[in-house]
Parts: sequence; C-alpha cells; structure tokens
Amino acid sequence: MSAISREDLVHLSRLAHIEMSGAELDKMTGELGVIVDAIASVSEVASSDIPATSHPIPLTNVLREDVVGQTLSIDEVLLNAPDSDSNRFKVPAILDGE
Amino acid sequence: MVNNLVSDLIRLSATELAAKLRAGDVTSVVAVQAHLDRIAEVDGALNAFLHVNAEEALAVAAEVDAIRAAGGAEAEALHPLAGVPIAIKDLIVTKGQPTTAASKMLEGWMSPYDATVIEKIRAAKLPMLGKTNLDEFAMGSSTEHSAYGVTRNPWNLDRIPGGSGGGSAAAVASFEAPLALGTDTGGSIRQPGAVTGTVGVKPTYGGVSRYGAIAMASSLDQIGPVSRTVLDSAHLQELIGGHDPKDSTSLPKTLEGLVAAAESGATGDLKGLRIGVITELQGEGYQAGVQARFEESLELLKGAGAEIVEVSCPNLKYALGAYYLIMPSEVSSNLAKFDGVRYGNRVLPEDGALTIERVMGATRAAGFGDEVKRRIILGTYALSAGYYDAYYGSAQKVRTLIQRDFDAAFAQADVLVSPTAPTVAFELGANDNDPLAMYLNDVATIPANLAGIPGITVPGGLSEDLPVGIQFLAPAFEDARVYRAGAALEALLEKSWGHTLISQAPAIDSASIAPKA
Repeated sequence: MSAISREDLVHLSRLAHIEMSGAELDKMTGELGVIVDAIASVSEVASSDIPATSHPIPLTNVLREDVVGQTLSIDEVLLNAPDSDSNRFKVPAILDGE
Repeated sequence: MVNNLVSDLIRLSATELAAKLRAGDVTSVVAVQAHLDRIAEVDGALNAFLHVNAEEALAVAAEVDAIRAAGGAEAEALHPLAGVPIAIKDLIVTKGQPTTAASKMLEGWMSPYDATVIEKIRAAKLPMLGKTNLDEFAMGSSTEHSAYGVTRNPWNLDRIPGGSGGGSAAAVASFEAPLALGTDTGGSIRQPGAVTGTVGVKPTYGGVSRYGAIAMASSLDQIGPVSRTVLDSAHLQELIGGHDPKDSTSLPKTLEGLVAAAESGATGDLKGLRIGVITELQGEGYQAGVQARFEESLELLKGAGAEIVEVSCPNLKYALGAYYLIMPSEVSSNLAKFDGVRYGNRVLPEDGALTIERVMGATRAAGFGDEVKRRIILGTYALSAGYYDAYYGSAQKVRTLIQRDFDAAFAQADVLVSPTAPTVAFELGANDNDPLAMYLNDVATIPANLAGIPGITVPGGLSEDLPVGIQFLAPAFEDARVYRAGAALEALLEKSWGHTLISQAPAIDSASIAPKA
C-alpha cells in the first residue's frame, strides 16, 4: 500500500473542503503515513469470498406512513443560520466571478 | 439539614438518592443544589462541564418536589428516578442549553430540538446539571482534543480522564453528578469509565435511540449510561432505551430486564454462567498492573461459580485497522454538513474571491481541530477512487470476520471478559505527537462497536494508584447479561476490599493546578 504523499494530501484537502497551510500539510503527511501503514493489514485478510458488513444489526424495510411529521418552523430552522434573507439561507457566490 | 449530610448526598448512588427522594428524606432541590455546589468547588480544577444548567435544573427539581409534596396520582406516576440530577455529554443536543460537540464549529449554537434521550429525561423529570466536555466531535481517547480545554482525571489531575467522554466520566467520578449520558463509537463510554473508576455501558447497537446525538460514525455510534454503580446504569438504560421511529436504526424491540439482571448479579452467585476469556485481549500490550487486576477478577468470578473458558477471536488483531478505516470514512461523510451554510460558524477567507467553496474551506479550516481534520482526510482517502476496495471495502469484510469470531466465542460462553483498556490513565500530553499511540488505547473496546454487541466496564481495582477497568461483552440484544456479570464482579470485589473503589479516590486539590498559560 502506498502511503499518502504531500500531493495526495493537497488533493484530499480540496475534496474535503478544508484549507490547509504548508506547515499543516507537512505535519499531516507524516502522521497519516504512519496511520495508513498501521491499518493497511486489513486488505491482507479480506479475501473476495467474505461478504461485507456495512451495519452491525441489519434492519430491512424500515418504513413509515407517508405523512408530514413533526417539523421545525422556519424561524427555528433559521435560528442558527450564519446569514439569511427572506426565509432563505444566504451564501456568497456559488460560481467564481458571478 | 446539617452540612455534612448535604455533602454526603453527593456520594449516594443514583438508586440510593432516588429512594431518599421518594421517602421524603430529602428534596430534589437540596440534592441538585448539593451537586451544583460540588461543581462550583471542584470543576475549576477538572473542567468536566462546558455548561452548567443551574437555573433549569433547580426549576425541574422544585417541580418534582411540589408534585411529591402534593401527593396523589401525579406523584405516584413520577418516574422512580425523578429528581435525581444527570449530566449530559455535549454531543447530545438539548433545547435551551448550548451544544458544542467541544468544537469551535458549533460555538454558540443552540439546537432547535431535543435528542430523543433528552425528551425521555425531561419526561421522567431528571434535572439536567449541564453539558460535559469531550474530545471534539467525540474523536479521541483523552478529552485533550476539546476546543475548550482538557478535562482532568479526578484520581490524578495530571492524567487524562479517558475519551471521548472524559467529561461525563470525570463528573461522575468526582461526585459532581450521580448519572451521566455518554456516547460510545469505539469505547468513548467504556474507556473513560475504566480510567476513572466508574461504570459505563455501551448498549446493543440500536438499543437506545441515536436521534439527536451528533453523528460521528453512524454504524458504530451508540448512546449509553455512565454511573458509579452497575445498578444505576441499568436504571438509566431502561429509562433511555426503546424503539424510536425517528432513528431508523433503532431496534424494534425494547431490551428488558436490565435492572432485574443487575439485582440478580449483585447476589454474587454466578453458578452456571460461562465466562469466556478472550486470548487476544490480554497479555502482550497490557500493563502488568492491569493484567494482575484482571486475573484477580477472574479468580473471584470462578469462586462465585462461573465457569471460565478460554476463547480465541483471531481476527481481533485486524479490528483496530478496520475501525480506523470505517470510522473516518463515516466521519468524512457525516461532518460534510458543517460547511458554514445553514448553521454553525461561518469564516470568510482572508483574501481572494469570496465564493461559497472558499468560504467552506476557510470555515472548516478554522472550525475543526487537528484530530478532526486528520480523520476527515483519512476517511476521504479511504473512500476515494482507487482505494475504496482496498481500504473501506476490506474493512467491511474484516467486520464480518470479527462478527463471526464473536458468534463462535458466544457458542462457548455466555459472556466474554477482558481488561477494558490496556493501560491506566496516561499523562496529559503523553501522546500529543503520536496519534497512533492514543488509538491503541481503544484496542479492547473497538471490537464491540464493529460487531454491534453490548459491553460494560466495571472498576477492577488500582494499579499505580489509578483505576483499572474490567469489561464484559455479551451477544447482541443480551444487554441483561453484561449487567448481571458486571454487578456480580462489582459485588465480589467490594466484598473483598471492604469498600467501593470510588471511595478511595483522593480529595481533589484545586490549588495544585497551575494557572492556564
């Protein structure tokens, strides 16, 4: 298994939407390398004939009546919004330069 | 009431305090005030609480007292624990009190709704003392990764109280609260319980609703009780457990007979119970003092009539690896919602174009601490194209292997036993530059989360003047068994010592803490 390179980390931090300084990238590259080495052994034991478990106690067909349940009011929803306007969340431009 | 009696109140178990409240020997207002006074006295040194909810707690206490004083049907209908105060891990959302998850991301956030467990606590009228400290978003084993300062271990203020639920464990261990709620994703209830000499239970996955617990890793997270006695945890799990339509992973059936199992265990008779000692969860990697206390407990259990059998779970050596792939993967997904758009803090980039993407990047850079960032990045990596099958896919297969190991072990034994943590509480700062060393502290607790099975930690004695925890595990849905075995060991050990372990905790010397730099 390949350890995580600094370049990988730059890419991952973009995917995860976390800005990182150069110093942070340097430190985390080393730390993640150690962690990935320690956990890579799982791929040795997991052969193709073993089924995957996504959930410890599988429940299937968890259904309910298709009716409106208890919901929050608009005021409650917007109570913690960093910014809002006319009952909507307000955010900066979605696209560059617009 | 004279002063020494008031200070004795905080040392009662929740069950004892509840009996005194029902008998009218003491009022809930007096009991709650005694705990608030204790918080005022020692929490400057411990930092177990992030928020103290004094006004509401006293109001609920006064309401319970008024109902009891009036008598009649309403008094009879009160929950047996009504009026007994409780502390809440600050990962569980509460109306009217801040919920931070110990993160800067949620500083000042007020939940518009209550978690289901909080609704149940309100309905039963347990006054909530406040919100307890944790590792940020429950990620850590030491409570050092809180954005609001470390919590200290009441047994030794230079040591960690465990994590992530170090605040709840320290609050209960230091008599600031008789009960607390915790959450356990890889041991966050049980490992703090072990290192603070208290009791903590991770119920069967789905046994207690997770609705309103801020999600860390949804297939592993479980809310559970924290207390000083096994019986108290049983009472609390019966109060908070049961099906919840708001949590689609909640079990359809309520897990019953927990209090009865704890009471039956406390008789100390274990005839007919088969207890499996897990070969892989002892010996190498476990401190000598931890191993010694563990072996003493086995002797006592044997003496009480239990049959001790050795069981092997060979795939447990892969549990830590599987956990550190599955958990961060789920973390990276669950924490994507903290983006500064709908709630939580928004941070603007210092320069350049003001786009939503850059605002998210700046918000998450400023809002999350190092450990949270590490896990989000690790999870993003494990789920990314080219690595998914090798990492996340393999980890899910290991999860199957571990479940099969437990199935085989439970064919030979009714419950399994191990030390809860391989070491006593380590020193604050000891693992600052070595995240992996901290992760290893959860090696004995993680397997239960991967398999969804219940686990309890009970105090097993001291090593280096610090508590050691003993863990029992049972098959899924058989939570009653961990209460029976746990209560039995608790009773046997207390009989052999002539006292409870927590009564041996030293007085908390607030003056010994160096002022914060």
